[in-house]
Amino acid sequence: MGKVKESWGSRIGLILAMAGNAVGLGNFLRFPIQAVQNGGGAFIIPYLVSFLLMGIPLLWVEWALGRYGGVRGNHSTPFIMGSMAKQRIWKYVGVFGIFTNIGIISYYTYIESWTFTYTLQSIFQSFNGLSAAEVSQAFDHYVGITGGGANGAFIINIPIWAIVAFVVTLALNVYVLSKGLSGGIEKVAKIAMPLLLIFGVFLAIMAFTLGDTGEPGCSTCNANLGFEFLWNPQFDSLANPKVWLAAAGQIFFTLSVGMGTILCYAAYVKKHEDIALNSMTAGWMNGFVEIVLGASIVIPIAVGYMGLDWVKENAGFMMAFKTMPYLFGKWGPVLSSLSGIAWFGLLFIAGITSSLAMGTPWMGFVEDEFNWSRKKGAYTLGAIVLVLALPTILFFEAGVFDEYDYWTGTVALVIFAMAEVILFAWFFGMDNGWKEINDGADINVPLIYKPIIKWVTPFFILIILISSLFKPLNGDMADWQTAFNTLFSTGSWPFASDSIIGQIFHLNVDVVWFKDGSPTIMFIKDMSRMLLLLTFAGLAFMVHIAANKRRNLKSTKQAS
Amino acid sequence: MSTEALIFMIVVQSTVTVITGYFFYKVLFGKKREE
Repeated sequence: MGKVKESWGSRIGLILAMAGNAVGLGNFLRFPIQAVQNGGGAFIIPYLVSFLLMGIPLLWVEWALGRYGGVRGNHSTPFIMGSMAKQRIWKYVGVFGIFTNIGIISYYTYIESWTFTYTLQSIFQSFNGLSAAEVSQAFDHYVGITGGGANGAFIINIPIWAIVAFVVTLALNVYVLSKGLSGGIEKVAKIAMPLLLIFGVFLAIMAFTLGDTGEPGCSTCNANLGFEFLWNPQFDSLANPKVWLAAAGQIFFTLSVGMGTILCYAAYVKKHEDIALNSMTAGWMNGFVEIVLGASIVIPIAVGYMGLDWVKENAGFMMAFKTMPYLFGKWGPVLSSLSGIAWFGLLFIAGITSSLAMGTPWMGFVEDEFNWSRKKGAYTLGAIVLVLALPTILFFEAGVFDEYDYWTGTVALVIFAMAEVILFAWFFGMDNGWKEINDGADINVPLIYKPIIKWVTPFFILIILISSLFKPLNGDMADWQTAFNTLFSTGSWPFASDSIIGQIFHLNVDVVWFKDGSPTIMFIKDMSRMLLLLTFAGLAFMVHIAANKRRNLKSTKQAS
Repeated sequence: MSTEALIFMIVVQSTVTVITGYFFYKVLFGKKREE
């Protein structure tokens, strides 16, 4: 253990890398779409409250956990968590911090490769002159969507160019990771993050100056209506638990908390080096990119050309690829090419700075525990990701991509965040934890956050976890009331099919693995779950071996 | 765009921008605490 001698080269490099970890595709795509789907301006208030009561505390907790573990020679979540409490279970809880990242990186790098391809296509002006339908079809063709799979029948996608682009993108990630923290990740962050800001500001200015586009037959084609929809505060929606859950979920996703990446990055921070101010700077920079830039690009531009009703009905993640190139095309060949480069370049930067961070937990683990070199760590990560990612590419249409996203990118985050805040506040102890946060701090951390971290944040996360486990129907207030009435009158609970319990037991869905001698989509999805479970089990076994190695080493030392 | 939405947008976006700028200022030019 603890042979890693790497550290961050500079304070600003650390902050930009941490901000790069947090700033991802979600800032530009997930946030505005979530806002649209949850009442526009109503979403912002629960979002800000969740940021203050859950996001900021989790940032401090994760940075403190990371630095505490790092100065004791631990750079991976199992052994960082293991160093903070006596119970062995924490090492295995820490497996989530490696598993989540490997799972997410497996589908995230695929999206990153789309942005890579689309940046090149924007440079070569491939979308010029295409209709909205043709741009949309170009994406379907790129990822190999066939339109098959009716009634859950087996379906496979073989998108050759998408696979090539994915391998190139993965190789780029592996190369940067093999160069280490200050020689690879930090260098990329120092160049990429300012570039991302320039691209973002350029596109936001385009959106702010768009106004009424005068699209024929479209009375709501006005970018200002997009801003109006996003920012018109609707305080009555604050009583809707669905909006609160969506806002809290977005905080998890956007700050990259509950993943383990922050812990692993912070594990390379020096003893007594500030974490209180650094974490706030990186966290608020992420907020700036999301609230100021993310909210000012995709929705207003889409409303400007497609109309408000279209956006309300069709707003989704894929708009970035299926719609945006067409909208940029309205600005003429040069400006559309520039905007395409800025948009997809921005998404690529946001993606790669996050995927690099996701590679760090594995690297820290194998370097610490198995004395692997940086290159060996990076190559093995590349191989694991390749194996895990292929099902998401080949069975994209069957929903393997969404399965990975749900289990690793949504459920696992909440479980791990709950565990780390309990470990920090209740097992490590809030007094010790508070000392750790304030050690070397360049700002005065408000004392109110001491009880918030101990009581409010765990309670907040617990509510999210329980609500996700037992979500009824659509999760609206009326649905919860109906669910409780049903519980008291019939003794049963109407689980939504997308609640965690509904997902685990396939509630309200016919479970058929084979039909007419062929495997079904359900079979493919369940196998992808098995693959994720096996990955978790494999990582837990590696942690077990590493823990035994440490114990043996300790006994040998004591004996001699 | 309604005045209410415009004010809400300006208040939220400028608050986030100022706070982010303040923290960056503290990192780049702030007085470091003695070890």
